[in-house]
Amino acid sequence: MISMTVNGKAVKVDADPNTPLLWVLRDHLQLTGTKYGCGMALCGSCTVLLDGKATRSCVTPVSTANNKQVTTIEGIDESPLGKAVQAAWQEVDVPQCGYCQSGQIVAAVALLSETPHPTEAQITATMDGNLCRCGTYNRIRSAIQKAVAEMEGGAK
Amino acid sequence: MKTTQTHSPARRKFLTDSAALVGGLVIGFYLPAKGGRAWAAEGPPKQVYPPNAFIRIAPDNTITIVVNKSEMGQGVYTSLPMLIAEELEADWSLIRVESAPVAAVYNHTGFGMQLTGGSSSIPSSWEQMRRVGASARILLVRAAAQRWGVAEGECRAENSQVLHDASSRRLSYGEVADAAGKLPLPQDVALKAPKDFKLIGKPVKRLDTPEKISGRAQFGLDVYLPGMLTVLVARSPVFGGKVKRFDATAARKVPGVQDVYQVPTGVAVAANGFWPAKTARDLLDIEWDEGTGAALSTPKMLEEYRELAQKPGLTARKEGDPTQSMKGAHKTFRLEYAVPYLAHAAMEPLNVVVDLQPDHCAIWTGTQSQTMDHAMAAKTAGLKPEQVEIHTTYLGGGFGRRANPMSDFVIEAVQVAKAVGRPVKVVWTREDDMRGGYYRSLWVDRVEAGIGKDGKPVAWMHTIVGQSIVAGTPFEKFLAKDGIDVTSVEGAATIPYAIPNLQVDLHSPRNPVPVLWWRSVGHSHTAFIVETAIDELARLAGQDTVQYRMALLDKFPRHAGVLKLAAEKAGWGKPLPAGHAHGVAVHQSFDSYVAEVAEVSLVNGKIRVHKVTCAVDCGMVVNPDGVRQQVESAVAFGLSAALHGEISLDKGRVVQSNFHDYPPLRFSEMPVVDVHIMPSDIAPTGIGEPGTPPIAPAVANAVFVLTGKRLHRMPFDQETLA
Repeated sequence: MISMTVNGKAVKVDADPNTPLLWVLRDHLQLTGTKYGCGMALCGSCTVLLDGKATRSCVTPVSTANNKQVTTIEGIDESPLGKAVQAAWQEVDVPQCGYCQSGQIVAAVALLSETPHPTEAQITATMDGNLCRCGTYNRIRSAIQKAVAEMEGGAK
Repeated sequence: MKTTQTHSPARRKFLTDSAALVGGLVIGFYLPAKGGRAWAAEGPPKQVYPPNAFIRIAPDNTITIVVNKSEMGQGVYTSLPMLIAEELEADWSLIRVESAPVAAVYNHTGFGMQLTGGSSSIPSSWEQMRRVGASARILLVRAAAQRWGVAEGECRAENSQVLHDASSRRLSYGEVADAAGKLPLPQDVALKAPKDFKLIGKPVKRLDTPEKISGRAQFGLDVYLPGMLTVLVARSPVFGGKVKRFDATAARKVPGVQDVYQVPTGVAVAANGFWPAKTARDLLDIEWDEGTGAALSTPKMLEEYRELAQKPGLTARKEGDPTQSMKGAHKTFRLEYAVPYLAHAAMEPLNVVVDLQPDHCAIWTGTQSQTMDHAMAAKTAGLKPEQVEIHTTYLGGGFGRRANPMSDFVIEAVQVAKAVGRPVKVVWTREDDMRGGYYRSLWVDRVEAGIGKDGKPVAWMHTIVGQSIVAGTPFEKFLAKDGIDVTSVEGAATIPYAIPNLQVDLHSPRNPVPVLWWRSVGHSHTAFIVETAIDELARLAGQDTVQYRMALLDKFPRHAGVLKLAAEKAGWGKPLPAGHAHGVAVHQSFDSYVAEVAEVSLVNGKIRVHKVTCAVDCGMVVNPDGVRQQVESAVAFGLSAALHGEISLDKGRVVQSNFHDYPPLRFSEMPVVDVHIMPSDIAPTGIGEPGTPPIAPAVANAVFVLTGKRLHRMPFDQETLA
């Protein structure tokens, strides 16, 4: 039995401890916002926050999450930063097919929570791990910059 | 209708005929929103579309637009409602979207079946959806006028309300919707003049964004039914292989596994989730009868194709006497090109949910091809068409893969459902998706061209070698004319440049690798060849490559228009940072025109694309930001293929498997994409695909400026550049 806190709620899951966190979130908890893209930590579609750190849930055994905090896209708006990132995504109209965007948003939130004022190079280095076949990368960059500005404004 | 201009008569005929061919699927009925009534089988309405098939107005005034095209990122869940809302005079903030069920009323106006593809959603819906909106508006106004007992002409519609100014009365659409729904359809509706558009032409935010930034958008993979099992299928490692024998003893022991079944495509493992299914599938011991597919290798195929390219194939276009004029040319060049098989590699791997009952079958999947999938599902399930329903979810990318005339993933899922006897979700792993075939074809092209003393081209000979998408399918006789698949030569046989002696010919070798349309179809390879070869002629003539093209485009003002605009906006001819160079390409596809100027440098021998300046002429624009999104996307998609993309085969096995060896463009590689839209008053044409073809040649032409090396193979990654 694995115990975790997912989006602020305590959950217990009866799953093989080797099962990737991704499939526990999706198949056991029906939190389908976290996506399967590659199963090899190559595309970032499955990105969640594990104790606040960006984590590829497709290669993370659920046992790793035992007694930890998991935040998925469904819970990302519980923090002001998550809200700001989502709002920026909305304003720039980032998504096209949208499949990768949960992972993109969670990765961006993780970046900004550690580095509130990232350089261009830091944005690139972080977001390089998240693939988008629709090529929304430029809008992702703009949205991250907008979120930074928004958080700055809010802090004043 | 205007829409017919989008498609060649051959393709149109193919699609109507092929619809008839699958039999029983062009059924003239639809269920109105409230159900119960079904149209008799006399066929779908011709020009007058019943608004209630597309518009539902609730008492609270919300408007649900039923969209008959699949949303795969291209923005149809926003742009098609815009067309309706414009004429409906609807309050845009009250618009909701729903995907259409499968019914004839939702057929594509040009294709005669429900299908999303060919960059045709806007052009084929342009008149239809505006008429739908206008018809509904007329009925709403009529119903209000009748209630008030005033003349219809004294009333007007605005912002989801009917107003009678003389008496300062107003009724919301929600208040008169029921009464309006009982009135007979207006037969003749006038449409707004473009100058009166309030929504069309303005940048509008996508309606699907809120769902897509919150994880709420439902893709096929997100569908869960009670009692549903997740199924992974072990498919043959070579195309056309069959199961000889298998041992599932170890697989069956994995906790959570329901059972293991032999199905026509391989061995299916059903379990209570993806992970047990995957774990068990890895434990299967299967012996395959591989058949002739095991002999396939892409290096060997390339050799065979090169051999074929030495002699002319079937003539797709011929002008003058190219052989003779080549002999008299002042300067000539000859080049052989090769471009590989490509996977679509949408971010969402293929998946289908099927709930099969004795007298009913419900399917949830992200498909671009509802009518054909519906017919194939009914046939496979042994049910009548009316017993089968398809729920189109959001598509996590399509790019053509989800519009398969062979309905491969849907047929297989129904076969699996029959075997398992419970609701199933068949999930393809990334590896399954990448190795599952239906690729963009492998092509070898041979071009020989010559210029006269004045530098102008005198002769052009282009031999194309590659598999036809339709060969060996029931559609061959419709889409292939005199042995030529029009999608194999599009963009090559339609070369716009003034060349007096010209020949384009085609070899269509067959082999067991399944091929399919891939964003921009034939243009994905022909633009690369034509636009790098014309560039080479400009070099031979010692002329500026933009000016050279312009001089040959007298009869093609829209090509010339975008070329001029892109060159201006890019600062063509002006100094660039040291080590940077510009390359240009212009190409027409899907009746739209796109020119791109790529600014490129080399970083440690690798191509770095800094900026792509695009000029597009796609007629009138519905949603300018949507057009920009599509061009940005098309550039990234084309660049992925140009720089990195290759599917190869060794001993019949697909070598690549996931994003490490089939790498799409990443964030750090994305150029700035600057999109300029030509103003136009011509009816809109497609924009989902036309941005893709010019990017590879634009980059290759810039690389030539930097290195003097003429890139003639994709992906460019494989070239050694200094």
